[in-house]
Amino acid sequence: MARGLSTAAAAETSAAVAATPPDQHSRRLRKRLELALLLGPALILFIGFVLAPIGIAVYYSLYNWSGFGPLTEFTGLHNYSLALSDPVFRSAIEHNVIIAVLSVVLQLPISIGLALLLNRRIRGRSLLRLVVFAPYVLSEATTAVIWLLMLEPGGFVDKFLSAVGLGGAIHLWLANLSIVLYTMFVVLTWKYIGFGIILLLAGLQGIPAELREAAAIDGASAWQATRRIVLPLLAPTIRIWVFLTIIGSLQLFDVVWIMTGGGPANASVTMATYLINRGFQSYEFGYASAIAVILFIICFLFSLVYQRFALRRDTRGALTRAVG
Amino acid sequence: MSAAAAGAGAATPRAPQARGFSLIRPLTWLVVVVIVAITVVPLIFVIEGGFRSTAQINASPVGLPHPWVWANYTSVLFSSEFWRFLGNSAFIAVVATAGAVGFGSMAAFALSRIEFAGREAVFTFFTIGLLFPIGVASLPLYLLLQRIHMLDNLLGVAIPEAAFSLSITIVILRPFMRAIPVEIEDAAVVDGATRLKFFARILLPLSRPALVTVAILAFVFSWNNYLLAYIVFTSPAHFTLPLGVATFQTQYSQDTARIFAFTALSMVPALGFFVLAERRIVAGLSGSLKG
Repeated sequence: MARGLSTAAAAETSAAVAATPPDQHSRRLRKRLELALLLGPALILFIGFVLAPIGIAVYYSLYNWSGFGPLTEFTGLHNYSLALSDPVFRSAIEHNVIIAVLSVVLQLPISIGLALLLNRRIRGRSLLRLVVFAPYVLSEATTAVIWLLMLEPGGFVDKFLSAVGLGGAIHLWLANLSIVLYTMFVVLTWKYIGFGIILLLAGLQGIPAELREAAAIDGASAWQATRRIVLPLLAPTIRIWVFLTIIGSLQLFDVVWIMTGGGPANASVTMATYLINRGFQSYEFGYASAIAVILFIICFLFSLVYQRFALRRDTRGALTRAVG
Repeated sequence: MSAAAAGAGAATPRAPQARGFSLIRPLTWLVVVVIVAITVVPLIFVIEGGFRSTAQINASPVGLPHPWVWANYTSVLFSSEFWRFLGNSAFIAVVATAGAVGFGSMAAFALSRIEFAGREAVFTFFTIGLLFPIGVASLPLYLLLQRIHMLDNLLGVAIPEAAFSLSITIVILRPFMRAIPVEIEDAAVVDGATRLKFFARILLPLSRPALVTVAILAFVFSWNNYLLAYIVFTSPAHFTLPLGVATFQTQYSQDTARIFAFTALSMVPALGFFVLAERRIVAGLSGSLKG
């Protein structure tokens, strides 16, 4: 469509050129200046601080480099093969995937159920929404500190569990190697479940009440109406939620870094915490850059595949267009 | 378009639901009570912990203050630390938001209302940024900031944050600006307005709802950002609130009560802002997803 328009505009301008050449010339110059003025700052900012750093990361990843001095030791793809066979990095990928899968499998049904409940006419609904959404506006850093305090041995969570007779379930939530990752998941669920609920509620309110009423008149039970009408209409919202949740899980950093630093013994390490760890604490910039690039490629491939197969129907969005 | 769609979803009254509630009603309330408890109890626990003394907390980690102690809160409120972190966070968020919305709206204007060769390519170029996590760029960003002497500098965090917010800003603003009728622009041109005047005097005011949305997104992104501040700042004088809270927690590990008070106070700005702007934030977040 845009192309058609610009051809028309071009035809129009070439007619104008024939009429008054000098005027046309200065107008075109003016337009160029305006474009430079309008687009220039954003382009410089974007290239300088978003694209260039990522390009540079690719470059560094080809060297064995500590972050100081000149890059001399070119090692080609060595850092990549090192990373892919690094047991810690592999378990980091595994942890990211576990968090992503758990989020989709557990948070999604909970969010849908709660959104359906909160969509009913109940007293104090708007206050309830405010409350449910509150953890989402706190920073991950604050969330992490809150839960560090809650989860201290003998702290609130432990006291609560023994009070309700679940004393046997008490563990060292952040020190037990086989539990710590799931503790992270619970904290993330606390923070992000409200986001899912709010998103789904907005989706629910886009579904006309008449549809459910018509179904009820036709003899459908509430469950049937929900399953056959509401959920399919909610599908676009669900697909976007799934996308954001998986991308967020792959990039997980703040909560884990502050609560455990990826430990103990790498039991909660994620790709991002490992990248910061190797880069800023061990000064292996080349190696850490390779990890960054792999993390980026994983996110990028996931986005491509997901946009192509799941989101395509929903959004005539920018990315869909970029991907084709 | 996106903002309008989300706005419509914000609070449409529902028609009354069908009958047959007998069991669902109490169940609903039970679930509601559980959700509220799970959400609110940790927040109350932290706020209440701030009113106890470290000795009280050590003696029994869970319990009501006895007696109530105000000293933790007053000492945090009268410390320069807390206010400095708050001020740094505010400064960075304002600069990042201004940069993203200012430059982003200019670019969105060019990309939506001026015909030029390669326009779609430039737009696509900006949308690529939606896929980049800031973590991936952190190492080279660190080296870049080091080279241009912006480490340990508030702008060293604010400027990259603005850059990372540009993509979403442009993606949201462009369709909105495009939807504003051409007749309005024609009328302005007839009245002698130049393109830039039309942008500044007419298009921007008309785009206000979308501008508010992108501003909130950029502000919240900056306000909650931890990673960038963590790698750029070494001197506590530059710390932001998220970085401050996390550092405070390790630094004052013996003074538990103060950690409680500090953490509780650090939640206040975000929660206050949220209560004031809930509608807008929710609309912005759900609207931004519809692209």
